[in-house]
Amino acid sequence: MIRDFAFQGAQMLLVLLLSPLLTGFVRKVKARLLRRRGPPLLQPYRDLIRLLRKDVVLAESASWLFRVVPYIVFAGTWVAACLVPTFRSGLLFSWSADLIAIAALIGSARFFLALAGMDVGTAFGGIGSSREVMIASLAEPAMLMIVFTLALAAGSTQLSTVAAYMVSGEVGLRVSVGLALLALIMVAIAENARIPIDNPATHLELTMVHEAMVLEYSGRHLALIDLSAELKLLLYVSVIACLFAPWGIAGADASGQAIAIGVASYLGKLAAGGALLAVFETAIAKMRVFRVPAFLGAALMLGLLATLLLFVSGSL
Amino acid sequence: MTAVHALYGVAALLALTPLAVVLATSPRATGIVYGASLLVTLALGVIALLSLFGHSISTTTLPLGLPWLGAHFRIDALSAFFLVVVNLGGAAASLFALGYGRHEESPQRVLPFYPAYLAAMNLVVLADDAFSFLVAWEFMSLTSWALVIAHHRDRENIRAGYIYLLMASFGTLALLLAFGLLAGANGDYAFAAIRASHPSAALAALVLILAIIGAGSKSGIVPLHAWLPLAHPAAPSQVSALMSGVMTKVAVYGFVRIVFDLLGTPDWWWSMVVLGVGGVTAVMGVLYALMQHDLKRLLAYHTVENIGIIYIGLGLALAFKAHGMAVAAALALTAGLFHVFNHSVFKSLLFFGAGSVLNATGERDMEHLGGLIHRMPQTAFVFLVGCVAISALPPLNGFVSEWLTFQAILLSPHLPSWGLKFLVPAVGALLALSAALAAACFVKAFGVSFLGRARTPAAAKAQETDSNSLAAMYFLAAICLVAGILPGLFIDALAPVSHALVGMSMPHQAGLAWLTIVPIAESRSSYNGLLVFVFVVLSGSIAAVAIHRLASDRLRRAPAWDCGYPDPSPATQYTASSFAQPIRRVYGTSVFLAREIGEMPPPGSSAPARLTVDLRDLIWDVLYQPIAGFIGIATERLNILQFLTIRRYLTLVFAALVLLLLVLAIWQ
Repeated sequence: MIRDFAFQGAQMLLVLLLSPLLTGFVRKVKARLLRRRGPPLLQPYRDLIRLLRKDVVLAESASWLFRVVPYIVFAGTWVAACLVPTFRSGLLFSWSADLIAIAALIGSARFFLALAGMDVGTAFGGIGSSREVMIASLAEPAMLMIVFTLALAAGSTQLSTVAAYMVSGEVGLRVSVGLALLALIMVAIAENARIPIDNPATHLELTMVHEAMVLEYSGRHLALIDLSAELKLLLYVSVIACLFAPWGIAGADASGQAIAIGVASYLGKLAAGGALLAVFETAIAKMRVFRVPAFLGAALMLGLLATLLLFVSGSL
Repeated sequence: MTAVHALYGVAALLALTPLAVVLATSPRATGIVYGASLLVTLALGVIALLSLFGHSISTTTLPLGLPWLGAHFRIDALSAFFLVVVNLGGAAASLFALGYGRHEESPQRVLPFYPAYLAAMNLVVLADDAFSFLVAWEFMSLTSWALVIAHHRDRENIRAGYIYLLMASFGTLALLLAFGLLAGANGDYAFAAIRASHPSAALAALVLILAIIGAGSKSGIVPLHAWLPLAHPAAPSQVSALMSGVMTKVAVYGFVRIVFDLLGTPDWWWSMVVLGVGGVTAVMGVLYALMQHDLKRLLAYHTVENIGIIYIGLGLALAFKAHGMAVAAALALTAGLFHVFNHSVFKSLLFFGAGSVLNATGERDMEHLGGLIHRMPQTAFVFLVGCVAISALPPLNGFVSEWLTFQAILLSPHLPSWGLKFLVPAVGALLALSAALAAACFVKAFGVSFLGRARTPAAAKAQETDSNSLAAMYFLAAICLVAGILPGLFIDALAPVSHALVGMSMPHQAGLAWLTIVPIAESRSSYNGLLVFVFVVLSGSIAAVAIHRLASDRLRRAPAWDCGYPDPSPATQYTASSFAQPIRRVYGTSVFLAREIGEMPPPGSSAPARLTVDLRDLIWDVLYQPIAGFIGIATERLNILQFLTIRRYLTLVFAALVLLLLVLAIWQ
């Protein structure tokens, strides 16, 4: 029991501490691909600390909701990230929320962030919120279809059970799981506001979605929002890693050596995921906002197709 | 507790009507009528709870109605559950109206009908024969119609009332035919007799279709929903809450009673119809809601969506029941009925909130609101709770019932019929889509009405609502939270209902560690709303405390940044229609044939540029307009029959007699 608590606590700290590093790593790789030197790897930590120390400049028309939302968003994202197996499966509280609930927790965080965008009463906040909910209205059902696919293949919506099933080798090469992976990557790109859906590096008004929504935030509030975005990126990379590349994850009663392997393989997967993301973002151009529905509609259809395949035959 | 006690309660409510007529002009009438309604509905709710947990069935017969039949009343698990829903909603609405009703301009048009309406809804659920059921059903329609046209000076309300009356009569006609078919040639209208008779497959199919039309039109399934978004917002807000939160559930009760209880074993294709209707209703309802900028109409359209979700649960339960998968059927039915309860709670809460806003500002149009969170912080808070709950977000209750529905969908690959294998994933996608769109819809509803800056002086001068209204809203918000974090209690309470209808109930949840809910087996899926809630609250507060202690807690106020160009005019904010523009562009171009027409003045002209958005309600245009047109033409033609001479009338009567005799002769 104490051991389990310790591992759950370690997981909570690990995701919190690693997430800025992952963002820094993606930025660094992107910069190198563009032949720039790029900011140091640890720059996101410095940004967070600097923001935390600064005063909050609050808009005069902001309400109490605006001040509470950063904490809600952070808490929701963090709790969701803690429930995804990273280096060791069989987390103490993994049964308290399955994959559907994790997706819905992310949805709660987005709901509040979109409200915060509306709170100050500026045009930019509104444009960000309205586009964010439009993107979410396609990304969330696509995510649920992916969850359906995996749940039908593994016979469970429980993330640890699905991961154990995926590593067991029973799964083999399946069309449906392949489609689900493709759809999940598309959803992850959209959810994390990455190119080609949104550009995390820009403040050019008409191209931004997430940044427009959080435009009025400053100081510690902005630090929490940024940290939540970084946690969310880590969460999606972890989900993809734990579902589609579950090798190396230590079991519930693993020895110290297995756990060391688990941590090392997790770090390797994060690095691989970050590098792939950077390459992808460098190679592709951002698309117009109203091309996004076609992109996410494709993800939704892939997810639906994968689910249908499994309904027709359990072995597809 | 017995059905007799419940009937005493109903009689007490009915007795309030003449009292309200007598008192109507007195200033204390509002307090007396709503206070008494509150007490009686609370008592009825307790009776219902006791019978639900006591697993008792009690019947009683009154010497009313058809002479050879009498009026049968019965409380079993199903009606006890729906009595809880009706009277919880009724009690909350009465408490709300204790404050809200004081602002009513014409109380004499509302007070007499209000307790009668509550009594009618109770009677529908209590009725145990087709005759009393239909009389109560029609009584419920008429009393609610009277409340819809309470503010009759508004032409819109009169039109809403007219359409409502037409659709309600049409629905009752369908139910009348359904019960006629069920009762057979002998006219055995008691439910017990209907239950014992086994209708042929063709007859049962016909009854199913009639039940979907009759009960469905009352609950607002697409395409029979047209009256609902007109009628629900027209009534005073406590009645809107009752119509949307409770009466649609009474209609669901009618459907469940006929299809699950009276019709016997279902055919597998029945579920295809119900699932298809549910999926289309869910998505269409929320898309309609997203296009609205009238707060109460948005909520009414959103009821349509939730009815769709409930029908999806019921359809899955029918599918599993038809294939003998009792465990899965229990899960799906519990999910559907849990959503019935949840929706009645948060929809009432949201209508109360909209009513408070209407009272404080005189506005239902969201384009004229904004910034109310500063002026009405408490209303804003409870309205926000309702928004989160209805958007199916954890840790509140809306999420749990949708989660259970998803779990039921995940059990359906084992269904043997191919039609269902293709339909169920599609319905699952529609359900997921409607859940995501619901969140968008309520970001819009809350964001435009309560957040931002006030768009009109009325919104800028709004005052917080009274304490009775707030108490009702806090009460419902607390139920949203409790049902969200302790769903096991509610699932266990539903066990006798699902046991009675599908012969099995979900596993007992109360004894599980940490109050987790486990629909089938723990390795399969589990959810613990309590822990999720505690984790979120803990990590949020730890973050807040740590940051304020260790980093910085300073804060200063400054004008909004807005990329350096803040505009002081509140008109520069996003409005309800501009918020919905991306979604309108993605979904509306096909569903509503949405078109945006921009008119730019020529260079040099000082005329303003205009943007017109053109939306068409295709269901109205394709289905209702032709029927209305046809009826118009037909009545025009038949009009001459009013002005015949006596000889021609006698000829007509004679011809009709001959015709009927001929039909009878051929029939024999």
